[in-house]
Amino acid sequence: MIDKTTNQKAWFLVLPVVVLVAFNALIPLMTVVNYSVQETFGNNVFFFEGVKWFEQILHSERFHASLLRQLSFTGIILLIEVPLGVAIALAMPKKGPWVSVCLVLMALPLLIPWNVVGAMWNIFALPEIGLLGKMINGLGFDYNFTQQPLAAWFTTILMDVWHWTSLVVLLAYAGLSSIPDAYYQAARIDGASAWSVFRYIQLPKMKRVLTIAILLRFMDSFMIYTEPFVLTGGGPGNTTTFLSIDLVKIALGQFDLGPAAAMSLIYFLIILLLSWIFYTLMMRNEEK
Amino acid sequence: MKNTKWLAPTIYILFLLLPIYWLVSMSFKTTNEILGSFSLWPQEFTLNNYITIFTDPTWYNGYFNSLTYVMMNTLLSVSVALPAAYAFSRYRFLGDKHLFFWLLTNRMAPPAVFALPFFQLYSAVGLFDTPIAVALAHCLFNIPLAVWILEGFMSGVPKELDETAYVDGYSFVHFFIKIFIPTIAAGIGVVMFFCFMFSWVELLLAKTLTSVVAKPIAATMTRTASTSGYELGLLAAAGTLTIIPGAFVIYFVRHHIAKGFALGRV
Repeated sequence: MIDKTTNQKAWFLVLPVVVLVAFNALIPLMTVVNYSVQETFGNNVFFFEGVKWFEQILHSERFHASLLRQLSFTGIILLIEVPLGVAIALAMPKKGPWVSVCLVLMALPLLIPWNVVGAMWNIFALPEIGLLGKMINGLGFDYNFTQQPLAAWFTTILMDVWHWTSLVVLLAYAGLSSIPDAYYQAARIDGASAWSVFRYIQLPKMKRVLTIAILLRFMDSFMIYTEPFVLTGGGPGNTTTFLSIDLVKIALGQFDLGPAAAMSLIYFLIILLLSWIFYTLMMRNEEK
Repeated sequence: MKNTKWLAPTIYILFLLLPIYWLVSMSFKTTNEILGSFSLWPQEFTLNNYITIFTDPTWYNGYFNSLTYVMMNTLLSVSVALPAAYAFSRYRFLGDKHLFFWLLTNRMAPPAVFALPFFQLYSAVGLFDTPIAVALAHCLFNIPLAVWILEGFMSGVPKELDETAYVDGYSFVHFFIKIFIPTIAAGIGVVMFFCFMFSWVELLLAKTLTSVVAKPIAATMTRTASTSGYELGLLAAAGTLTIIPGAFVIYFVRHHIAKGFALGRV
């Protein structure tokens, strides 16, 4: 850690960032707060409603259902992507020409626009024309993600694993490549097992990057919108309607500004609270 | 054990490439072939889908629009994030920790929350349907990310570098441009990669803030798909073309990416 000097003039250096981000964050946020406490019947006439929308959202079964779906989705993909990403990073070559090839190919899904990801998986998984759909049905399973909730969940999760595991791999790989060879030599001399090398050398070195990976995957999967929207449209029924999809349905579809704004704030606060917990844990780790 | 180690990454990469292969293979098929029969590779190989895209301005303009706002956003984010990250890595000032966390909270804001207010805000200031609106809106998540990564890189540069330069009579601006920026060039490359990536892949805001003139390619795709029924071949070709800029960018940063991840924080 660099020991920092106190210098209030440093504010001038951060000023452009503060102005730009504040323009994008504070004004819209104020708009949202404003809507969240008012009722409108059109024509720009608004009535103050206090916390009515908040109470309504917090007690609505629809919100509970979306939140539950969202939490399950985020939980499942974290449980799959983090261990899988670490396992692949451990198995990757450490040096040589294959490293670049692996990294470039693995980073590819990260750079595909999200709606293209959704569209790609749609035509990949459709039972009549898609390779995956044909394969699964060929194996004797009855699979149609546009009709069956379970198949829709399976496809959405598989798509997310396809899309984002590479981020965990890249981060874990970066953590691993910062371990000096001497550590491994020492472990070999001591006759350490592969498990204890992992437990006492590799895992501690990956701790920081893994916290970042989990934080990023948590935040982004909690905000997921475009990919499942293009893939399943939130269906069949409402079975894959996650928080963002539900929110956009209310705000832009039904134009219920008040409830949508209240839901936005609750949604944002949930992410903020959970991220704050992650962030504090992370900073505590770094200070050690 | 040692000889089978390559198996896991290989299977993983094949899994990654399979849907992409399917997309590319569909882009060379006619829509009739896609819907009419099932084949692992194109039976009647056609380039018509690509010809349509390259000759129809609504299609190719989409690419220009997307690339325009992505590049504007990348340059803007990096240039304002550089001094800010320097301040965070070198100095203690009033409210620095709170400010840093506040910046990060914007990375956590779901774009769905901001879609409607952004539409109203950018309409009010007369920037609606311009690439500038999208470039500015994407700053919401790209600037915090850029500051976060750059701060990590800069903290890795010993402070003696700054002090020596000041003793040698460099001014702050001169030192920053001539010495400091070249020192963290790899970090800047990584940051640009991430800014490009997150701006290129985002659609919700880009679509909300544009209608005709500045419509991004991703939005062109969704609208074409819905108006003229299932033009699957065309959709696949357009999708394939959106992968190319990304692949290009990764190729350039391939040597720095692992190192960048290790030093920075992403």
